[in-house]
Amino acid sequence: MFHMPGILELPASEIVRRVKLQEISVEEYIGECFERIRTVDPKIHAFLTLTEDDAMVRAREIDIRTRRGEKVGSLAGVAVAVKDNICTMGVRTTCASKMLERFVPTYDATVIERLKAQDAVIVGKTNMDEFAMGSSTEQSAFGPTINPYDLERVPGGSSGGSAASVASFEATVSLGSDTGGSARCPASFCGVVGLKPTYGLVSRYGLIAFANSLEQISPIGRRVADVATVMDCISGHDSRDSTSVKTGPTSLRSHLIEDVSGIRVGVPKELFGEGTDEVVSKSVWDALKRLEGLGATCEEVSLKSLKYALASYYIISMSEASSNLARYDGLRYGFRLEDEDWDWSEAFSRNRREGFGPEVKRRIMLGTYALSAGYYNQYYLKAQKVRTLIRQELSRVFKVFNILASPTMPILPFKLGEKLRDPLEMYMCDFDTVTANLAGIPAISIPCSTYRGLPIGIQFMAPPFREDLLIRVSYTLEKSLRLDLRPAV
Amino acid sequence: MSGRIITSEEVRRLAWLSKIKISKNEERRYLEEMGEILEYFKMLDEVDTEGVEPTYHVIELVNVTREDVAQQTSSNSLLEIVPVMKGRYVKAPRII
Amino acid sequence: MRVEAVPELKVKIGLEVHCQLTDLKSKLFCSCSADYRGSEPNTHICPVCMGLPGTLPVLNRKAVEDAIMIALALNMKVSSRTLFYRKNYFYPDMPKNFQISQYDRAGGVPIAKDGYVTLDGGRKIRISRLQLEEDPGKLVYEGTIETSRATLVDYNRAGVALAEIVTEPDITSPREARIFLQKLRSILEHLGVSSGELEGSMRCDANISIEGGTRVEVKNISSFKEVERALNFEMTRQRNLLRKGLRVGRETRHWDELRRVTVTLRVKEEEEDYRYFPEPDLVPILISEEDVERLRASMPELPDSRKRRLMEQYGISMQNAEVLTDNKALAEFFEACAADYGRPDLLSNWIVGDLLSYLYDMGLELRETKLTPGHMVGILRLIDDGTISGKIGKEVLKEIIITGEAPENIVKARGLVRISDREYLERLTERVFEENPKAVSDALKDEKAIRFLVGQLMKLTDGKADPQLANILVTNRLKALAGKG
Repeated sequence: MFHMPGILELPASEIVRRVKLQEISVEEYIGECFERIRTVDPKIHAFLTLTEDDAMVRAREIDIRTRRGEKVGSLAGVAVAVKDNICTMGVRTTCASKMLERFVPTYDATVIERLKAQDAVIVGKTNMDEFAMGSSTEQSAFGPTINPYDLERVPGGSSGGSAASVASFEATVSLGSDTGGSARCPASFCGVVGLKPTYGLVSRYGLIAFANSLEQISPIGRRVADVATVMDCISGHDSRDSTSVKTGPTSLRSHLIEDVSGIRVGVPKELFGEGTDEVVSKSVWDALKRLEGLGATCEEVSLKSLKYALASYYIISMSEASSNLARYDGLRYGFRLEDEDWDWSEAFSRNRREGFGPEVKRRIMLGTYALSAGYYNQYYLKAQKVRTLIRQELSRVFKVFNILASPTMPILPFKLGEKLRDPLEMYMCDFDTVTANLAGIPAISIPCSTYRGLPIGIQFMAPPFREDLLIRVSYTLEKSLRLDLRPAV
Repeated sequence: MSGRIITSEEVRRLAWLSKIKISKNEERRYLEEMGEILEYFKMLDEVDTEGVEPTYHVIELVNVTREDVAQQTSSNSLLEIVPVMKGRYVKAPRII
Repeated sequence: MRVEAVPELKVKIGLEVHCQLTDLKSKLFCSCSADYRGSEPNTHICPVCMGLPGTLPVLNRKAVEDAIMIALALNMKVSSRTLFYRKNYFYPDMPKNFQISQYDRAGGVPIAKDGYVTLDGGRKIRISRLQLEEDPGKLVYEGTIETSRATLVDYNRAGVALAEIVTEPDITSPREARIFLQKLRSILEHLGVSSGELEGSMRCDANISIEGGTRVEVKNISSFKEVERALNFEMTRQRNLLRKGLRVGRETRHWDELRRVTVTLRVKEEEEDYRYFPEPDLVPILISEEDVERLRASMPELPDSRKRRLMEQYGISMQNAEVLTDNKALAEFFEACAADYGRPDLLSNWIVGDLLSYLYDMGLELRETKLTPGHMVGILRLIDDGTISGKIGKEVLKEIIITGEAPENIVKARGLVRISDREYLERLTERVFEENPKAVSDALKDEKAIRFLVGQLMKLTDGKADPQLANILVTNRLKALAGKG
């Protein structure tokens, strides 16, 4: 790995502390970030858009305020990379799609407003699978992102750029989104921490929708503490999002405690089934044994409904997506072909054919199928009922266990191109992560080991609004493991 | 052959419903890929969901509303991103 | 005069009426101003109603309350739990290419079901459902829809709240359809939720079948007058088909207002499939009995109650009361006049008979005229105190409708004061008798023929002669002549 200034390794809270004490200048720090980006990003392509000018202006402005002794926010100076499906006012937001290649929102997502209010510095927009549909960030219209730990492998997806930028020290923290594992998967593959909040805890206003009933904006960081810091800033009720729960922001930082005594961890057999690499299985169990050594109890449990989670997830998400993406017809914004003399139906059809990539089109077609007359009951309605059964089973199991544990990904990071031939093979990667989205429960992935340099992630899931448990357990494990992961770039 | 679970005609109809133009080649590819995926989805048929209510929302929220207050924001920035306009109208292709 | 449908022809008509909730200040799911009429195109828009990526809907509480009140006024059962659904279809006037609406199948429950409207005379038209939904934008063509090379879209209207009211096919004639719509409009106006006068605020689609046959849908009907015309045309068209032994095709037809025909909408390659599913971005609405009762208690007076009260309070006839309460503006006008005038029965005759027919002839709504209650009462007082005759009063009324001048001024300016000068009138009577010898001899033989002579006298005075006096003078002169001869 190239020499990297130590300052880039600092956790977010430490940056903020030093900024407030004027021990570091934000301008210098952000400048270093962009240096790092210039060095590393040509290799990993985590970013689609850099906002260097804006970032430097903000950085200088924060420095001026601290010099004047004025108050600065809880994320002062922290470099944040933002997944390109989160709207940033005045900054191109593409969803890694030709359809929105030149779309510049006139508004900030609520989470962006909150970050800015706390003086975070946004350094750029990160690459992703197009419209968040994918598990490898290979399905971007603008080229794939590469895993910083192995330049021949995928970083995971769909928030691959967000995870890779943090893993490679290009940014301190990042925002991803998680519909079926899209933040946890790349977190696992890139050796960083990704948290999918309880549904409704973080406002979706400004998150370009893929599957509304399943997704949440998710913070990604190198350490559990960083993720907690970001969560405390972005979470909380938003009147612009009708599905936003009426609670204030979290105070997850107060749960950065090393103590798992008495925690009962359930380990679902179904998430260690065939298709799970032995290496992965062993790593996760090793981590669980470590937790037991620290006072937790880990016990296998069978959750029969989880077998159906993947099918249920894909039917529901594709159905919602087919409707959410209907708005992209080229009339009001976005990609528009030269209007030859077509009627509107022909024009829309040609526009969408050009603007969307193959995976997006495939999912739209399948979603349309699942909702259509004659199939609605068998697919969409059935999937939603199975979803209820999954929620009920989880509800029952959480009466016995405090949290559940599993691998985040059943496999190690795979090689670029390896899973592109067969869509279903790619979908199977989500097997361990979709359950949390279906049930709306919080889930976190933290690195638990590496194998031949490739990171492996362990996933914890908790009942709704019990992020505190996730933070506590993963913080404790993290401190105990003392992993010092260094990417290859 | 996956032609069983979904037909070419259905694929064409889906393309029409979702307003995505597809070629004959693509039609064949969709037929195969969608067929495989739909086969996988069939596993849900074995789940007994008698008397089970669907989950449309995972949160328990109800009655989220706002007051009837008009706050008109300026529209000019929205019109700047419209690809084709005529005067203040958004220009769309002909209907017929 | 249009000939009524042949009575034996069994006609079933159902209506789907879309009423804008024009009392709302903001749109259904965003805070854009809903008062878009007269504004420049695309000024009442925001990221939410334009469906920009990442935006989310938030429900207008007052829209729900309005809908509950409409449900109560239509004797419907208000649902205790209601959801919003997406109706998915593409069209240039749809910013999201789906409409947030409600649904009554697949587990969907609209905001109210199963009510009825009672027409004057007692016929009940059942209402099957009431739902809330958002209006699409407006399309403007360069030329006609067929010849236009481009379509211009104005999204000002997109997202405005609509109440969709659907009837059972209980309506039995095109005329009854118009009457139903007038009644519905009056109810909504009295509730204060929708102002039917505003252009495009009430639109409807109709379903019509005859002789128990195929149901044809007719769309694009822009006003109530057009409803009756369109349905009459369609009824005739279907009857003619049956007479020729042909089948009526089940289809959707488009009413062409200019050519006054229904036409088949261009045969589409495919039929739409709306793929309804619950809107994930909006949570369920629970309506308690307390909510309903609270709203019920706050409801303003509805047309039927008002009708009964007008009859009781003012002693006017039921027919007059019915006509007056058919239109909120008219009823209010009446009551404003009646507050100041001691003969409400007479007043109601003037309003229901004369005023309404003048408005109809001139193609005006009351609010478009300059007539005030003060004017109306003024005319009646001038008649009461003998300054002008009733006939002159009608003339004055016609003029005030257009000019808004005070009646006294008009009377003075046009010299319309009633002529009661006996001497002057006697001289004129003489002249009438001289100029109409045949009529005089007729009148001598038959008393009823006197009317012609009186008419001639009135004509000579431009109607200003005191009619009673004119009658007396002519009668006396005839008696005198009879006596002589």
